[in-house]
Amino acid sequence: MTWSDDTERRAVALVARYPEARSAVMPLLYLAMQEADGVITDDGMRRVAELTELTPAQVQAVASFYTMYKREAGRYLVSVCTSISCHLLGASDVLDAVVDETGVPDGETDPDRQFSVEHVECIGACGGAPAVQVNYELVEGVSPDAARRLCAWLRDGRPDTVLSDEMQELFGGQRSFEWGPSERAGAVGPVPAFEPYGTAGELR
Amino acid sequence: MTDRILFERMESHPVDSHTLDRYRATGGYTALPRALKMTPDEVKEEVKASSIRGRGGAGFPTGVKWGFLAPATPRYLVVNADESEPGTFKDRQLLERDPHQLLEGIIISAFALGVDHAFVYVRGEYPRPARRVQRAIDEAYEAGLLGTDILGSGFGLDVTLHLGAGAYICGEETALLNSLEGRRGEPRIKPPFPAVEGLYAKPTIVNNVETLSNVPWMILNGGAAYDAIGPEGSRGTRLFSLSGHVKKPGNYEIVMGMSWRDLIFGLGGGIRDDNELKCWIPGGASAPWFVPEVLDEPVTIDDTGRLNSMLGSGAVVVMDHTTDVVAAAHSIVRFFAHESCGQCTPCREGTSWLQHILERMMAGQGRPMDLDLLLDVCDNISPGLRWPPAMTTICPLGPSAVSPITSIMTHFRDEVEAKILTGAGHG
Repeated sequence: MTWSDDTERRAVALVARYPEARSAVMPLLYLAMQEADGVITDDGMRRVAELTELTPAQVQAVASFYTMYKREAGRYLVSVCTSISCHLLGASDVLDAVVDETGVPDGETDPDRQFSVEHVECIGACGGAPAVQVNYELVEGVSPDAARRLCAWLRDGRPDTVLSDEMQELFGGQRSFEWGPSERAGAVGPVPAFEPYGTAGELR
Repeated sequence: MTDRILFERMESHPVDSHTLDRYRATGGYTALPRALKMTPDEVKEEVKASSIRGRGGAGFPTGVKWGFLAPATPRYLVVNADESEPGTFKDRQLLERDPHQLLEGIIISAFALGVDHAFVYVRGEYPRPARRVQRAIDEAYEAGLLGTDILGSGFGLDVTLHLGAGAYICGEETALLNSLEGRRGEPRIKPPFPAVEGLYAKPTIVNNVETLSNVPWMILNGGAAYDAIGPEGSRGTRLFSLSGHVKKPGNYEIVMGMSWRDLIFGLGGGIRDDNELKCWIPGGASAPWFVPEVLDEPVTIDDTGRLNSMLGSGAVVVMDHTTDVVAAAHSIVRFFAHESCGQCTPCREGTSWLQHILERMMAGQGRPMDLDLLLDVCDNISPGLRWPPAMTTICPLGPSAVSPITSIMTHFRDEVEAKILTGAGHG
């Protein structure tokens, strides 16, 4: 199998960024996810193996090591930080609110693949605890009530692109630091939004 | 005395401190041409003279590390932007708000080290910082600050940003190198150290974001000027990430040597709701906890070590009197159990055991023998329960999970016992 022309072009460019092709495995896995509704598939790993001259098993060994290469994910991946600083400021109540509002238990995805919900370890937003990410776009200072409203906003509005600035404005509170000017690029799926990996979208 | 090196620009120009135009308008990229007129050895000498100790957590002198770089080529410079020690968010601010300061530090350091390809490994959960750094890299290429023949010097450098995918262990430098090679992020047995056999088995220097962000200042002002800031052994300014039950959480750039009291009650504004301070973690989740009797001790690397803990990554996590310390320790132990790479049995098995014993206690099913069992498991991970910890594992992750357990058993044993008797606790 091959990917879309654009993705194949990006793949070649990514391999060329490294002295050894194998180093492109992680970026290529993100490309593969983008081609498959945000998840890792056997076909995707096979294509990554071809591009890096590895076996599919070697690629799977890598993919299975890292939590962000998911084999199952909804359109919106809601990650609630429960590490120490967020824990101290009520992260478990935020997680409960997200689970209750979405109806999706911690660590699961709903049947129509709208939401995935997970608790995650420290996401580097400790000064803005408790913190939540949607498709890895950050919101800081999230109360349980705001977390509910955030989930309802995702469910009812179904935004194509989610990004930190907009969600922070609507649902956030205390920040770790001043973020500076807002951005246009955001996430279009449960994969971190980064232009060289073809995973960033523009806010409409 | 200077107390602003890293945060000066973003504090003065909060709207556009991340742009090339603002960076240049505030003295940015003036250290680079100066460095390029020096010899690589002269640049290295300035960094060594600064006495800076690495800001990633281990606190190893950067100039000494650079001195270990083997002569073989090619060589690599790898920037560790995999910030993930719980409580730490300082590098995120440097990446988002002043990426060119880091980039200039990278270019100067690469020149000094004889490197023509540098990598910036940014954790996958930091897409916004990654976008800002990538934009800075793109701007630098367009401006002739990266690529071939930089500023007509004959020196060339490529910088590649690499996004991680959710593994704390990749902050350990050899795990990071494996990850960058497209492998599982498992730490390597040392020696050989990366300076001799690192990325693709070639000589490699791995430095933290904050460490390298200081380099342009050192070139402009001299390593000796940096070495004149702060107490011996803890030179320069340093970023501290303050979080937990303080009124004013955030990142603070300070000259080391102030007291913990001044950091927590001065800069941090004291405890929320004017509650009582119960304890704090002085240097990230791996560090043993401090209690109020050491509030007037100085915040330095060596003093914190003398008191059997560490400044680590500069993450200060404050807990007030309402804190359930068993639940807090559980949060940290669960973190390490989740992040263990699984190579070494004491860590893979031990961290999960600790997690499950604590969960049993929190569910009201603790048994009196659990107190000894907790310490016994800890002793199998890190024999003798000393500080700095003895190692049975390839990397320090396993022993890090011991710190919260020994902390609560030392300082709050009565609360741990009460948890077993009643299944209850504070908060």
